[in-house]
Amino acid sequence: MKNIIKIAFRNLYRQKRRSFLTIGIVAFGVLAVLLFSATAGSFKNFMISEITDSMLGHIQIHSKGYVGSLDNLPLDKALQAKQIKQMEKILDEIPEIESYSYRILLGGMLSNYLESTSAKFSAIIPAKETQVVPLLEDRLMEGTFLKKGEILLPELITKGFDSKIGDDIVLVATNADGSVNGQNFKIAGIMESVMGPTGKYGYIHFDDAQTLLRMNELQVSEVAIRLKDFGDVKKVYNILSQKLGEIKNPKGNDVFEIHTWESLSPFYNIAQMIDMMALFIQIILIGIVLVSIMNVMIMAVYERTKEIGSISAMGTPPSKIRWMFIFEGFFLGIFGSVIGLVVSLVAIFIVNISHLTVAFGRNSIILLQPEVSISQIGLTALIVIIVSIIAVMEPAFKASKLEPIEALRQN
Amino acid sequence: MSLISCDGISKIYKMGEVEIKALNNISLEISKSQFVSFIGPSGSGKTTMLNLFGVLDKPTLGTLKVIDTDISKLNYVERAKFRGEHLGFIFQNFNLIPVLTVYENVEYPLVMVKSLPQKERREKVLSLLDAVGMLDQKDKLINQISGGQKQRAAIARALTTDPKIVLADEPTANLDHVSAYKVMSLMKKLSKEVGTTFIFSTHDPKIVKEVDITYTLEDGILIKREVRSN
Repeated sequence: MKNIIKIAFRNLYRQKRRSFLTIGIVAFGVLAVLLFSATAGSFKNFMISEITDSMLGHIQIHSKGYVGSLDNLPLDKALQAKQIKQMEKILDEIPEIESYSYRILLGGMLSNYLESTSAKFSAIIPAKETQVVPLLEDRLMEGTFLKKGEILLPELITKGFDSKIGDDIVLVATNADGSVNGQNFKIAGIMESVMGPTGKYGYIHFDDAQTLLRMNELQVSEVAIRLKDFGDVKKVYNILSQKLGEIKNPKGNDVFEIHTWESLSPFYNIAQMIDMMALFIQIILIGIVLVSIMNVMIMAVYERTKEIGSISAMGTPPSKIRWMFIFEGFFLGIFGSVIGLVVSLVAIFIVNISHLTVAFGRNSIILLQPEVSISQIGLTALIVIIVSIIAVMEPAFKASKLEPIEALRQN
Repeated sequence: MSLISCDGISKIYKMGEVEIKALNNISLEISKSQFVSFIGPSGSGKTTMLNLFGVLDKPTLGTLKVIDTDISKLNYVERAKFRGEHLGFIFQNFNLIPVLTVYENVEYPLVMVKSLPQKERREKVLSLLDAVGMLDQKDKLINQISGGQKQRAAIARALTTDPKIVLADEPTANLDHVSAYKVMSLMKKLSKEVGTTFIFSTHDPKIVKEVDITYTLEDGILIKREVRSN
């Protein structure tokens, strides 16, 4: 086998320019795949982090049926104190959970005494909320973060009202029992709007919401959970589904519904599209490797037909002739992969140290931080090598099956 | 004892509807250590004859036994194995592997066909290169040596597996007259020294002076057998 490998390796030198060109094409394909995956991955990670760390959290728990009627923000579908206590016990027992926070989601009428508009708000406990969504404070475009008696207004409403930090504003909301109540707030800050289900909400303090909505005991519309490791989302989701699923109401129905960020955010579909595009790029790579190596090896068999005939006449077993060509294709694939990987890693390193930024939306500046995992490198290299071997199979089998007498006749 | 025994063999090729008789009812026997030539004009059947003796092809009619083996009964892989074990080949265009050195080319059959240990291989290859006068060229690539040297390397390669028969199709056709004569003398010398039967084809009657037996073919028919006593 050592000698077969030696001959296969040296065969690359027969048509140096062609071999280097093929290796270059394979390397370019690997570079395209890894650079795209790394950059798209950087964008995807940035967006996921923006959504989960500034708004959604990793997992959310609601009362059964709440998400389906999220547009109405129904207060009668809030989790009640007893249910919250049961849920807290379960959440506290799961070591993967880093923190969780309660939210009351409400709709109301906002007035600056000159004009009014409808708006939606998330009532939060600031200290807890910033543990669950640490980038929430970063969305503050102006002003300071939330205290009791203060309100954070979405930027569009602020512009519409022509309001400033420190202005007074009245929020009027309907309680769960149907009565209406109003409360004065001081504008503490202006929040940047982001993509997602609650991305254009304003914020008030949890205690203020309880007062405004005349809640006598703890009620929660939404529980947002942050995990220690983002990769545990599915695992914790399954644990919560199982444990909270055991809690039933008197009618025997589920009390809770659990959602991961994926099922709550429309960005998940974009993330899937990014993954799909990466897959297409990989398919293109497979095509490039397959066609270029197969083409080169078909040419090689054609050019060496007489030589194949002579080694076959000497008694070289067909299997050894086959292996000679398989190794030659393998070398083209592996050299292309290695060069492609090295160039990709250098390119990724250069992009990282260059601190390149891309504008996304009005205010978001994405710092490109492409990174590629060992598994991604391994998978790409493996695909190229396997495809190289597949590409060389047909010419290799053809070479091994050549009748020596026919092959020797070729001019 | 005969190494090759032909009994009424014919080789017929079909070109569409037309049948071409490349060899027609040939019977002959070739013994051990003989230096045999087949001569005749182009298209007389010399190469077809050598292809049959080299177990590269099968006769259409008749029985051909090479080293007591009826070659018609061998399949593709068995024929390859048989060739590797018993036969050596010298080609008109040398057909040496260009990416290997002279040494590696001569070593090739021992590695790919016989799988001899490295030490034995080395001794064998060096002694053969010495025998054909190519020891000082052993590390050169094929494109760095002359035509005559290439054919000498090819002769060494053909003999590495200790074949009982070496077949050479027009071995001197691409050589000048001096080189051709040297190659013929070398083949004759090795035939006697190592006891291998050399069978070669040529259309040049001048280079067959030293052969033991000359068969003359014309239109696929064996028309003359000449035995030269030494």
